[in-house]
Amino acid sequence: MNWLEIFQDPNTQWILLGTMLLGLSSGVIGSFAYLRKQSLMGDALAHAALPGVCIAFMVTGTKSIFFFLIGAIIAGIIATFMIGFITRNSRIKQDSALGIILTVFFGFGIMLLTQIQHSDTGNQSGLDKFLFGQAASMVQSDVYTMTIISIILVALSIMFFKEFKLLSFDPGFAKGIGLPTLILDQFIMLLIVTAVVVGIQAVGVVLMAALLITPAVAARYWTERLHIMVILSGVFGALSGFTGTIISTMANNLPTGPLVVLSATVIFLFSVVFAPRRGVIAKSLLQFTARKNYNKLYTTQKVKEKSL
Amino acid sequence: MNDLWIILIGALVACSCSIVGCFLVLRKMSMIGDAISHSVLPGIVLAFLFSGGSRDSLFMMLGAAALGLITVFLIQMFKNSGVQSDASIGVVFTALFAAGVVLVSLFTRQVDLDLDCVLYGEIAYAPWDTFEIGGKGLGPKAVWGVGSSLLLNMIVIGLFYKQFKLCSFDPALAAALGIPVALFHYLLMGLVSVSTVASFESVGAILVVGMIIVPAATSYLLTEKLSTMIVISMLIGIICSVVGYYVAYLFDASIAGSMITVAGVIFIMVFLFSPTHGIIMKKWRRMKMA
Repeated sequence: MNWLEIFQDPNTQWILLGTMLLGLSSGVIGSFAYLRKQSLMGDALAHAALPGVCIAFMVTGTKSIFFFLIGAIIAGIIATFMIGFITRNSRIKQDSALGIILTVFFGFGIMLLTQIQHSDTGNQSGLDKFLFGQAASMVQSDVYTMTIISIILVALSIMFFKEFKLLSFDPGFAKGIGLPTLILDQFIMLLIVTAVVVGIQAVGVVLMAALLITPAVAARYWTERLHIMVILSGVFGALSGFTGTIISTMANNLPTGPLVVLSATVIFLFSVVFAPRRGVIAKSLLQFTARKNYNKLYTTQKVKEKSL
Repeated sequence: MNDLWIILIGALVACSCSIVGCFLVLRKMSMIGDAISHSVLPGIVLAFLFSGGSRDSLFMMLGAAALGLITVFLIQMFKNSGVQSDASIGVVFTALFAAGVVLVSLFTRQVDLDLDCVLYGEIAYAPWDTFEIGGKGLGPKAVWGVGSSLLLNMIVIGLFYKQFKLCSFDPALAAALGIPVALFHYLLMGLVSVSTVASFESVGAILVVGMIIVPAATSYLLTEKLSTMIVISMLIGIICSVVGYYVAYLFDASIAGSMITVAGVIFIMVFLFSPTHGIIMKKWRRMKMA
């Protein structure tokens, strides 16, 4: 299959658009999560969405992304609330609280999932696809939903950019000047949950976390300014969505989700090595010149004589 | 008989995971368990491919344990180069897991590994995969695998209990006293990988992660003593496995999922009613004071 053919195939076009938008929006939101030291929150929320999705299916009996979204958002809000509650009210640290909520919610979700599968509710096949995702099964209407939600997510991030920035860098000051930090906190969570739920269908629970974390970490290597980082992170996300989908279309039989994640990882590794100032090469160059300058400045004959 | 085997496997997994889990919870590294349990996937697949598809448990265990250590090493490396610790965990394990999934789908015809099974496991099928020597059935393989990892954990932690304890609570003092802190860090991580891997195939990653974190965190709210904490977390794990099995039986649902749900219920109870750290008891004490 040659390149042109790939781009002309309407089905591929939809999937391409979907994964790119997904990468874009999760990259943008992920950079706020990263700066607020909540990277793994995406992982926890992706897992915690499962019982919400199952209950939504049990209640409505349909496989509609809209109801799944609502179920998952409710589950996600409960999960974030519980994580915060446990951390504030006991000596359990955030990482353990995150782990507890992640596993218990996911375990409960699996319990519900198997229950659904064992009972004959009929049209339940494919519900487990939500665990691993299947970008290839996305249809036009799914992509429409994803497009709308991604645009809303990015628009909200732009609108609340100032507030999010303050909340990420100095939450104490934000509270001091009268911003409703608790509400904004939950609002960012809501955005993360929405991004996660939209992404689950394409790349699955486990790998959705990667789309929130990896582009943001990669973007952090290139810049010290938040707006550039957010834009870069979005671009990296979209780029990995693009590359992953193209590779999976060309090589048959390979799932899209993992390839998207691997593309993001390649971008990350590239950033680690080549980024200016923070990258491995730049750092070792700096060390090298510093050593050389040091030798030039302080090990001249004069200094040596003095020290004798 | 099968009921008994399943409960036994569950209890063994719970014990072996919660021993190392206590140390992870104390060292604020709970999510490492989650990371390792996902990132061993490529190790298992590669070991499977190189051993010619023999499904030799020992070989797979070695491959996965190696990957577990690589994971920890990579996480540490990125952390040292300035990436936040939780983000470096996230980047490493998702990348390795993605590589594993790609490997599975690349060799999907040769590999008889079920992804679903690996992730959320079917402990219900474990009793049928029996271990035989000379035509004599010696019980399910999982019992032997998980049992030996439990034994290994007990021996290593028992031998170096003092060192592990000091490294968890005061690594600076431990380093000052000449204890090789890094060595014990990696030893603990090695134990985590081995216990994860031993339980992985038969019960699924999710039960392993749950049993690493939840019982340990629960018993953390009940006691102030490390040795007591380990014992309590093992007991909680055993209770989860027994009750979880019957809950699963009652609702016709996944056994691993039910065991974790039970662990979650126990955690909530302890979180509310623990005599020293429960929030209701704390409130009650405050009211009595006032």
